[in-house]
Amino acid sequence: MNNDHLNRRQFMVRSAKAGASILAACSIGYWFYDHAGPRPLSEDTTAVQIPDFSMPELGQRMSIVKGGNRSETLQLALKSIGGIEAFIKKGDRVLLKVNAAFASPPILSATTHPDMVTAITHLCLKAGAAEVTVTDNPINDPASCFRLTGIEQAARSAGANVLFPQKELFKSFTLPEAQLIRNWPVLYEPLNRINKVIGTAPVKDHHRSGASMIMKNWYGFLGGRRNIFHQDIHTIIKELAMMVQPTLVVLDGTTTMMRNGPTGGSLSDLKETRTMIAGTDQVAADAFGATLLDKTVDELAFIKKAEAMRLGTADFQSLNPVRESTS
Amino acid sequence: MLKIGVRILGDRNGCLQLKNIVMNIITTRRICQIFFFILFLWFCLVATLGERWWQLRGWPVNWIIQLDPLVGLGILLTTRTLYAGLLWGLATLVLTIILGRFFCGWLCPFGSIHQFVGYLAKRKKSIKTKLKLNRYHSAQSVKYWILVFLLTIAVAELAVDAIRLPRSTPMGFAAMMALGLAAVIVLVIRQIKFNVKKTIAAILTLSVCWVLISFLFYADWRPVASLQIGLLDPIPLVYRSINLIVLPLIDQTALMASSSPRLYAGPWLIASIFIMSVILNLIRPRFYCRFVCPLGALFAVLGRFALWRIGKTREECTDCHLCEKNCEGACQPTAQIRIAECVLCLNCIDDCHHGLMGYHTAPSAGGEIVSPDLSRREFLVSAASGVAVIPVLRIGGVPGPNWNARMVRPPGSLPEEQFLSRCIKCGQCMRICPTNVIHPAGLAAGLEGLWTPVLNFRIGTSGCQHNCIACGNLCPTAAIRPISLEERQGINRYAGQGPIKIGAAFIDRGRCLPWAMDRPCIVCQENCPVSPKAIFTRTLFNTIRVHRPLIVKNADATRIEFESDALEQGRYSTGDYFCVIAGSPDPGPRRIIANTAGSLTVDRGLPFEQPPESKNSVAIQIRLQQPYVDPKLCIGCGVCEHECPVRGKRAIRVTAENESRARQHALTLQG
Repeated sequence: MNNDHLNRRQFMVRSAKAGASILAACSIGYWFYDHAGPRPLSEDTTAVQIPDFSMPELGQRMSIVKGGNRSETLQLALKSIGGIEAFIKKGDRVLLKVNAAFASPPILSATTHPDMVTAITHLCLKAGAAEVTVTDNPINDPASCFRLTGIEQAARSAGANVLFPQKELFKSFTLPEAQLIRNWPVLYEPLNRINKVIGTAPVKDHHRSGASMIMKNWYGFLGGRRNIFHQDIHTIIKELAMMVQPTLVVLDGTTTMMRNGPTGGSLSDLKETRTMIAGTDQVAADAFGATLLDKTVDELAFIKKAEAMRLGTADFQSLNPVRESTS
Repeated sequence: MLKIGVRILGDRNGCLQLKNIVMNIITTRRICQIFFFILFLWFCLVATLGERWWQLRGWPVNWIIQLDPLVGLGILLTTRTLYAGLLWGLATLVLTIILGRFFCGWLCPFGSIHQFVGYLAKRKKSIKTKLKLNRYHSAQSVKYWILVFLLTIAVAELAVDAIRLPRSTPMGFAAMMALGLAAVIVLVIRQIKFNVKKTIAAILTLSVCWVLISFLFYADWRPVASLQIGLLDPIPLVYRSINLIVLPLIDQTALMASSSPRLYAGPWLIASIFIMSVILNLIRPRFYCRFVCPLGALFAVLGRFALWRIGKTREECTDCHLCEKNCEGACQPTAQIRIAECVLCLNCIDDCHHGLMGYHTAPSAGGEIVSPDLSRREFLVSAASGVAVIPVLRIGGVPGPNWNARMVRPPGSLPEEQFLSRCIKCGQCMRICPTNVIHPAGLAAGLEGLWTPVLNFRIGTSGCQHNCIACGNLCPTAAIRPISLEERQGINRYAGQGPIKIGAAFIDRGRCLPWAMDRPCIVCQENCPVSPKAIFTRTLFNTIRVHRPLIVKNADATRIEFESDALEQGRYSTGDYFCVIAGSPDPGPRRIIANTAGSLTVDRGLPFEQPPESKNSVAIQIRLQQPYVDPKLCIGCGVCEHECPVRGKRAIRVTAENESRARQHALTLQG
């Protein structure tokens, strides 16, 4: 085409094309026009709820069994409070919350003993549970923690699933009436797909809070920068106990970490206390656990706080715990 | 005419037969390349801690590195030893001497990438363009400069020792010189003609000069062995690129190549070099192999005596140049073939329509250029620059008095100079580390330390775990020693020497919450994995700021009411706050369990024996446990730094102070 001889027809065509382009550009501009600009960060409003897993119809039950063999003391402790069948029904999906916080071997008692995992899983499956899931969000590398503590191996060979704390399993959660657990990532998916929760933890010294037992063990449901809660440790433990109302708790006081907790690291930090505690009241279980650490409830503010919230009683004697011995 | 026709026909038949066989050889080469490439990828993938079949188990994940004779040679030069599996390099070396550069054309995973990308780039180009792309280029000698440069960096210390020979072993030196003179005498006796005077003069001059310059160096000459071949050696390069760039990219998808998604500090340079070397294939096929690769250069030198070579069977041919159409090495098989450049792709055998190309013991009928294209001047310049590198770099005092304390090396790492004489920057330790705490260093350890492993406690799933010794047991060159768990933790046999320390933690009191901001925390103390804990606390009660004075209105044993509403509702009920009465004979702090704006309640377990009187002044105190580090117990694992809730610049940080591998970095007296 020769520009010297631009005819009318060509001029019209060209103008039409130019007009269409201008129109398209303007429409796109208008379409994406944003008058207000970005807004400040809004609170996450996803409303997820964690159900109450406790079985109030069973009442408050507690047993304290002396003995050195975890499998035996656990069986007797559960038998004394009505047997696992009272808690786990046929077809139940059970979440076993262990303490797998550190990548250290079972002999150091910094984590839930694999025998506990084996025994509880076997009992649940025997009672007819459809599945048992073992989980925790450890402090050290999750894969190393589950492997070195022996929990992964024990769980798999007993027939339980092990759920690693992958990012997609967490959901932002707000605990009603809580100060701290607000819009906080919580290991929610495992809690969502089950209907019974069993908490099990060893008895350990903890320099900041005084002790790490059942209630402190729910820390492993938190994600994100949970360390920040150490600034108000007693309140966060209380709120964790508010967040998780378990079906059953088993506090393993076979070996107690008396000092250097919660990591330990040496056999000299440990004491054979030969006690297994099972029950429905997590506050009472922790209150008894304090005695194994030679501590009083007065020294552990989180127990008092939990009691004040009516999550259980610090006066475990009032529950008339069944006392037994395997030896 | 008929006769000629028949001959051509006969030739053609012959050709076809030969071609069928050769097709199989090309296919075999491709299968071999694919096999080794997949094997290489598999080894990268399974370098993950665990016992499943797709995890480390017993896979020989270092085998391809060990097959690389440049790694073995480099370490032989710097350390005068050949660590364990590096002996495999000898197998490659022997085969290269027999067969030529088979490694380049048949095995090298990096070479296979280049060949494939090069094929994609030129596949639709005309034969004329292909011939142009595959013509020999004089810059192909650059790779020899690089090889000489990198090897002479490694050889510097050996050279100094050789120079010191007359002083370190005078008898040996004298014997050597005597042997030279004896050789002259023998030659004279046997009446072989040569310039006797000149030879004797040369031997004597050499001896005198050698003795003189031997005085230049002291016996305790600072070691200058440093291994830098890993910068460009294709095997460490491709391992590093896959381990630290490609697999972490895959981790971000649903495929998940690692146990948890990986991050590696400073990926840009590693990625740029890898991507650049792949893209350069668009300019010329196998650009890296032809112009850069020091390993190829080493094979070229070794292959000069190869028993079998590529070449023409007859000198006269049609000069169609088709044999150069797909020539990977650009070794000009048409004319005088450059044996040093031939990577044994065997494409020329396939492409020659007349069946003239072969792989045989006889030299090419078209003539051969056996030696690499490297002049004496080029060699000397490269060698001199190589020798100078480390002495020049170490003028900066790294390693030495100007060492960078942020360079925390993995447990079992050798002392820095020895470490640098072994590390090939392959990234295997970074890949295997289960907590993703080992990272490639940038320039923090000096230019020499580029891409060597350094611990970064901000990244990863934990600090350096107390129960892990994976890195040292995987390191192909023992730059990180294969230590046992007992040695790492200092137990049983190693109880006497204590645990291996890689550094020490320091508390930044200006950033630490209990030290600077009246907030309880001690997450570091909680997570310290050693027993007894290296981090301990001292408790103190700090009076906190209240905006109005707290004057008692009335009080009983557990409850105080104030004259004004000075307090924030519920703020002091956390269990960490206490109250004390100024000037009271009952000074002990009482734990506050509840407070309103104008009152507070203390724990019933410990009530006031004498409740404060009205008009008394009350102070609220916070109980703080302030962390301290015991340098005797701290192993520098960095779990504390990893967990510290001050997320920006951590309030507790590990530096390489007190590391076991360097006594000159000790922080405290022994014991």
